[in-house]
Amino acid sequence: MGYPVHPQYWRAWRPRVLARAINVRRTVGLLLLCVLPTLAAAELRVFTCEPEWAALAKEIGGELVTTYSATTALQDPHYIQARPSLIARVRRADLVVCSGAGLEIGWLPALLQKANNRKVMPGRDGYFEASRYVLRAGQTDNVDRSQGDIHPEGNPHIQTNPHNVAAVASALGDRMALIDADNSETYRENLDEFLVRWRAAIRVWEERAEPLSGARAITHHKSWVYLEQWLGIEEVANLEAVPGVPPTATHLGKLTSQFSDGGADFIVRSAYQDARASEWLSERVGIEAIVLPLTVGGTDRAQDLFSMFDDIIARLLDAHADK
Amino acid sequence: MRFRLRIGVAVVGALLSGAALAQETEIELLRAEVEQLRADYDARIVELERRLAVAEQNANAASYAVQSDAAAQQAPVSRSTGAAAYNPSIGVIFQGQVWQHENDPEGYAVQGTPFGGEAGPFSEGLSLGETELIFNANVDDKFSAWLTAALAIEDGEAVAEIEEAFVETTALPAGLGAKFGRFFSGIGYLNSKHAHTWDFADQPLPYQAFLADQYADNGLQVRWLAPTSLFFEMGAEVFQGSGYPAGGSANSGFGSYSLFANIGGDAGTGGSWLAGVSYLDAEAVERASGDEDEPFLFSGDSTLTSAHFVWKWAPDGNWKQRNLVFQSELFWRNDDGNFELPVSSVLAYDADQEGWYAQAVYQPVPRWRFGARIDGLSGDSPGASFEGTPLALRSNDPRRYSLMTDWSNSEFSRLRLQFIRDEAGPEDANQWGIQYIHSIGAHGAHAF
Repeated sequence: MGYPVHPQYWRAWRPRVLARAINVRRTVGLLLLCVLPTLAAAELRVFTCEPEWAALAKEIGGELVTTYSATTALQDPHYIQARPSLIARVRRADLVVCSGAGLEIGWLPALLQKANNRKVMPGRDGYFEASRYVLRAGQTDNVDRSQGDIHPEGNPHIQTNPHNVAAVASALGDRMALIDADNSETYRENLDEFLVRWRAAIRVWEERAEPLSGARAITHHKSWVYLEQWLGIEEVANLEAVPGVPPTATHLGKLTSQFSDGGADFIVRSAYQDARASEWLSERVGIEAIVLPLTVGGTDRAQDLFSMFDDIIARLLDAHADK
Repeated sequence: MRFRLRIGVAVVGALLSGAALAQETEIELLRAEVEQLRADYDARIVELERRLAVAEQNANAASYAVQSDAAAQQAPVSRSTGAAAYNPSIGVIFQGQVWQHENDPEGYAVQGTPFGGEAGPFSEGLSLGETELIFNANVDDKFSAWLTAALAIEDGEAVAEIEEAFVETTALPAGLGAKFGRFFSGIGYLNSKHAHTWDFADQPLPYQAFLADQYADNGLQVRWLAPTSLFFEMGAEVFQGSGYPAGGSANSGFGSYSLFANIGGDAGTGGSWLAGVSYLDAEAVERASGDEDEPFLFSGDSTLTSAHFVWKWAPDGNWKQRNLVFQSELFWRNDDGNFELPVSSVLAYDADQEGWYAQAVYQPVPRWRFGARIDGLSGDSPGASFEGTPLALRSNDPRRYSLMTDWSNSEFSRLRLQFIRDEAGPEDANQWGIQYIHSIGAHGAHAF
């Protein structure tokens, strides 16, 4: 039983109560008006582990998708904290796009386990591993960790060969069309249009990069094997003695004597790798140390996938010409 | 006069250097302009070449398309990658240590809060820690399963213990998740963390005193994650009530329950944080603590409320080079029931106790980390009837100060040196330890 309300008071209250009820209804209506369009035009939410896949999803999805990359070009994607903000992002994602091949093994499973989003669990349509759609270098059944942090599934840094990007684009376009069937036409059109531009760009890059064939590179980590395969660059050494273990003084000392008379054209690192090792070696052996964008955002110029490869080749040519 | 001359010289000098500076700035500006022009020019050439290539391509059919996709053609969808390559994925974690104590750790006890289970200082000298065997895999499209078995040697005999053995759902709707079986409760921050991921060799005092290091039990957990950009998670658990601080599977085998909530997010490009509260209500029937051979038996209700805050930071969020972690937890415990002491009869007991710790761990360069921790307990006196028993409070609040440094050659190996200034035990004393943690096989991802 509530408090007894005297009729007199009730009459006095009624109009105000009614007015409030109307107000509430209006407010709810307004809210619905605000929410409904966004529901109707619900964008496909794409969560990617690396910026290059966010850029690719944007090329294919255009206005239909919102993308979020878990990492930036300044972060080593092997070592990421399974942060609360990322779990919250995965919770609301329609599609998770990652390189795979063990690159994100230290954090992605923890995100997926905590995010309680069945749409994007491995094996579902909402889970996409880019490296499954290309021929991976260095696959092995015989992994011994004395050789370092080697992925048995092969080298995961597949985005450095634009042909790989094309293969992933086709698969990703199909996947986006599958998940968001209402817009499948648009995804396929965008994909076709992207591939036309991409193939044309590849021809230009390949023409420009001809002088690089046969060039010799020292790289910080084995991040560039696909680029090297593509352009015919020879990888003569790594700054890491074994993959995943930071460069040691002993190993750098060895490299100094090995390359004291040249023997390489450039020392390559990406934005997130410590500059000290490559600069130290560069100073001693007189081989130019350069930063290449391993992903979108890796240099000022690398603002999308096209400018990323433009910049990779421009920087390599620069260093090659300076020699 | 001379003074004025000096000023004059100084002024002229300043003007000259100013002029030189201006000239240099101009050169810089011109250089930048040339650079800019070159970049623009490059970009335009690239754009033109690209348009030409597209035009050419359109002109002579799709011959190039076929050629360029050749790479993709020869790479059909390959075998599944990641941990699923092994089914189940198997990992082994090796741990061991050597400790040097100023006082014999055999008689160690914190007056007022006798420890349960295996909590307490490491034994003197060389010893082998728990060797963890970890198996996990998806069961099918709706469940995954996890087993952590701990192998240890106790009094010369090999002992196998099931640390965790649970099944977890992977396909519940609406942000729900559940797990059932044996697992570490989701209360607090450190409670669900495996020993090999701890930043110090031992747990902070409140965990040792109130949870016998970690609360693991057999039961069911349900979690819900809100669909918001701010991380917000709520969970509830019900347990059999067999693990400390519960005991004796009270209440027909539904001896304890817990509630927890966490929020978290990012702070700037390099920072992230997590904060949470939790509550555990555990019923105990003849729960043993203190001396192993002549334990104190507690029967009654034990509640534990806790709050935690964790902040992690790395420059630009690039964890590998440098990072900093700060974390702190507060605990409030109430034990209400009775204690059966070996020497006297059953005594009614109702006391509140608090525990806390704060720690910071910094990695200045890859592979090396340095940490400091302070932990302590405090509480109300359980009453005059406990005078002279191990349940009477210590004259001053128990407190410890710890320092650690560890070196990790890779993700899979770690050597740690730790120092503890212990002002919690029978006498204030120093402890030194070296610990190793190595893992082989599949190594699961670590939670935040």
